[in-house]
Amino acid sequence: MASDYEAIYADDRWSPVFGKLSWDVIPYYEPLVLMSFIGVVIGGGALFGWVTYKKLWGYLWTEWFTSIDHKKIGIMYIILGLVMLMRGFADAIMMRVQQSLTSSGFDGYLDAHHYDQIFTAHGMIMIFFVAMPFVTGLMNYVMPLQIGARDVAFPFLNNFSLWMTIGGAMLVNVSLFIGEFGQTGWLAYPPLSGINFSPSVGVDYYIWALQIAGIGTTLSGINLLVTIVKMRAPGMTFMKMPVFTWTTLATNVLIVASFPVLTVVLALLSLDRFLDMHFFTNDLGGNAMMYINLIWIWGHPEVYILILPVFGVFTEVVATHCRKQIFGYDSMVYAIVVITILSYIVWLHHFFTMGSGASVNAFFGITTMIISIPTGAKIFNWLFTMYKGRITYELPMMWTIAFIITFVIGGMTGVLLAVPPADFVLHNSLFLVAHFHNVIIGGVVFGVFAGITFWFPKAFGYRLDPYWGKVSFWFWVIGFYLAFMPLYALGLMGVTRRLSQFPDTTLSTYFHVATVGALFIAVGIAAFVLQMVLSYLKRDELRDDSGDPWGGDGRTLEWSTSSPPPKYNFAFTPQVHKFDTWWDMKQRGYVRPVDGFNPIHMPKNTGAGFVLAMLCTVMGFGLIWQIWWLAACAFFAAVVGAIIHTFNYDREYYIPVEEIEAVEARRSEQLAKGNPA
Amino acid sequence: MNSVNPTADQVDETPVFYLKEEPHHAPGTLLGFWIYLMSDCLIFAALFATRAVVGSNYMGSPLPKDVFNIELILVSTFCLLFSSITYGFAVLQMQQNKVNGTLMWLAITGLLGAAFIGIELYEFNHLIHAGASPQSSASWSSFYALVGTHGLHVSFGLLWMVVLMVQVKMYALTVANMRRLFCLSMFWHFLDLVWLGVFSLVYLTGVLL
Repeated sequence: MASDYEAIYADDRWSPVFGKLSWDVIPYYEPLVLMSFIGVVIGGGALFGWVTYKKLWGYLWTEWFTSIDHKKIGIMYIILGLVMLMRGFADAIMMRVQQSLTSSGFDGYLDAHHYDQIFTAHGMIMIFFVAMPFVTGLMNYVMPLQIGARDVAFPFLNNFSLWMTIGGAMLVNVSLFIGEFGQTGWLAYPPLSGINFSPSVGVDYYIWALQIAGIGTTLSGINLLVTIVKMRAPGMTFMKMPVFTWTTLATNVLIVASFPVLTVVLALLSLDRFLDMHFFTNDLGGNAMMYINLIWIWGHPEVYILILPVFGVFTEVVATHCRKQIFGYDSMVYAIVVITILSYIVWLHHFFTMGSGASVNAFFGITTMIISIPTGAKIFNWLFTMYKGRITYELPMMWTIAFIITFVIGGMTGVLLAVPPADFVLHNSLFLVAHFHNVIIGGVVFGVFAGITFWFPKAFGYRLDPYWGKVSFWFWVIGFYLAFMPLYALGLMGVTRRLSQFPDTTLSTYFHVATVGALFIAVGIAAFVLQMVLSYLKRDELRDDSGDPWGGDGRTLEWSTSSPPPKYNFAFTPQVHKFDTWWDMKQRGYVRPVDGFNPIHMPKNTGAGFVLAMLCTVMGFGLIWQIWWLAACAFFAAVVGAIIHTFNYDREYYIPVEEIEAVEARRSEQLAKGNPA
Repeated sequence: MNSVNPTADQVDETPVFYLKEEPHHAPGTLLGFWIYLMSDCLIFAALFATRAVVGSNYMGSPLPKDVFNIELILVSTFCLLFSSITYGFAVLQMQQNKVNGTLMWLAITGLLGAAFIGIELYEFNHLIHAGASPQSSASWSSFYALVGTHGLHVSFGLLWMVVLMVQVKMYALTVANMRRLFCLSMFWHFLDLVWLGVFSLVYLTGVLL
């Protein structure tokens, strides 16, 4: 099979008009790809037809796609994360079934070429297009509300960042049906990812999807950073900020200070591939180790970019559902800051085995172990908040408890891997795979589900039906343990990662249990979707009129608004006196203002972000297939489009007082219904 | 920030929880641009690091001291340094609200920047003909990546400058245009600073070592 692939992407197939595109690159001979293609065409066609039939395109365009409202952008990020979760999970379950089959003596249904693409796509999608959109979405939605702001600092840029992320995700999905994806693992180490060993377009899809999404992420990082520094409500000093806002600050510092390195290293890799340069090649002085160092200088902070925001989510959830101020606020903040700094000096622990020498390995092993100290401090802070708290076992709290238990296990295996001699044994084994799934599922995914459940009533005005949420919770948690605990054992026994087959039938039981775990998780995902649908159908019963749906226990400013909040968030800018501002307001007799409104200055919607990002995506497609004229035209159009956009000075408007009065009067009626939830 | 008018029904013990008048937020554009520049600085940092790691891997390709024309690079360096000064004059004119003076100094800045880019292109052409092409070795790959990224930044700055001159001409020195001129000013000085690093660490060490 492999020789066919090489012939399809050989240089002599290039033509000036279509680049390397030809009918041969569409993998219709792969039954699995063909079936999923038919599925996507039918499903996508049905969705397209339904939206057209309902005449919703205009509504979607004016109210969502062109919206610069941070709340809508946050929701769109989370929808992107959910859609891509399905894609990434399909990859996961294919791998589990394949390994189950091959470990019990069957041939399996995936050849190595296809299997390599699946684990590459799985890792890359789950990190960049599931976990990142989830946390970015939560930060976008919640943080401006928590600091009493009306929007982010650069609302247009926010919309542009969203569409760049979506553009990157689109390229990854196109790779499924046009051409193929990388077969290199999710970080595309050279020389394997160089042109000699990966001559097809797979690595180029990887590079350009990440470059386009990465620019969006960097810009969004700058945006949220400035928002926190400049737009906090009067009185909200840094040490009065909600912990989720603190984690957002730390995460965006990490984004701004690490994503540029990813941009550089991918650019250098593409120069190697396109222009025959020699940064990471085996010949003419290239140095592949340099790639691995650079990409992990980005990659390790990335881990904390994902986990810090969900630490913030858990903090808000614990404080609310225990009806107590968070224990040890100051130590929480210092722990966040220390983790932020330490995350920059541990990157080498990802390649202890590559021969940096004992002293260097010792340094990075020790710094890695030190990170567990601030993280442990946070765990104790959550536990002490729960201690003698009046805990309500709502769904977000259940996710939090599952997180604390699971994450501690994952953290301890992490400390184990931080010991260089132990790492020499466990490196590249399934033990490592189990470890990082343990912290990413047990940390990030559980946290995102806690966050979505926690803030869903705020965003949509009705709560999620807890029954199916609990079904989803139990299947996810049990499924996680079934799927990954066997991998720890297999890894200890020496099974390496990224193998399409492990034909040792004595180990098949472990692989079967892991597959059952993955099926449990599938049920968990299905139950989560069902929960969304049923809650929408039952939205009148689940309605939240108070704006403070968790028993009136909300502590931070987002709960002072209606659910969903008006587009201007706050009719009057709040004045902050204490940490847990909304709690303080409730304790000390806050009276909601009902008149005396002023016009509110707000940014206008614009389609420029969508257009520019889609042009960048087309440029990426042109570069991947080496259709140079298309890439050049798209680039030129994007530059001209950006210049035209700068000639638009009329970007803001005032919401008139009458409109604010009408919105606030409806809010008064809602509150008068006396629905204390 | 403290100009708060308590409403009538509020008694003394109840603090004021919202502001009747909109508080004035200092605009975040300049801070945002600063942070962007710092992220850009990391791009250059990574390229400098790359240069440091593979910069001496010539693998038989020409050595810098044999192909660099350091006098020419000194001229282009001074073009860029003087363009920072002339941009400073443009900002001084802007602060006195003089449209034509601003435009004139911007034009001079742009010409100096264009001269810099012209010399760079000439130099690249010369180097490639001398056998020091980007493909010849890791050292020259890292050279073109670093110097070329800087050159692309300067070219982008020139394009931005032209657009901004048109906008200043059309809409005069409005608050928005002045903010943009300040951002471009920071961008331009930043590139100057990066060039000092390139000149010292790539060209001077290249001919001296």
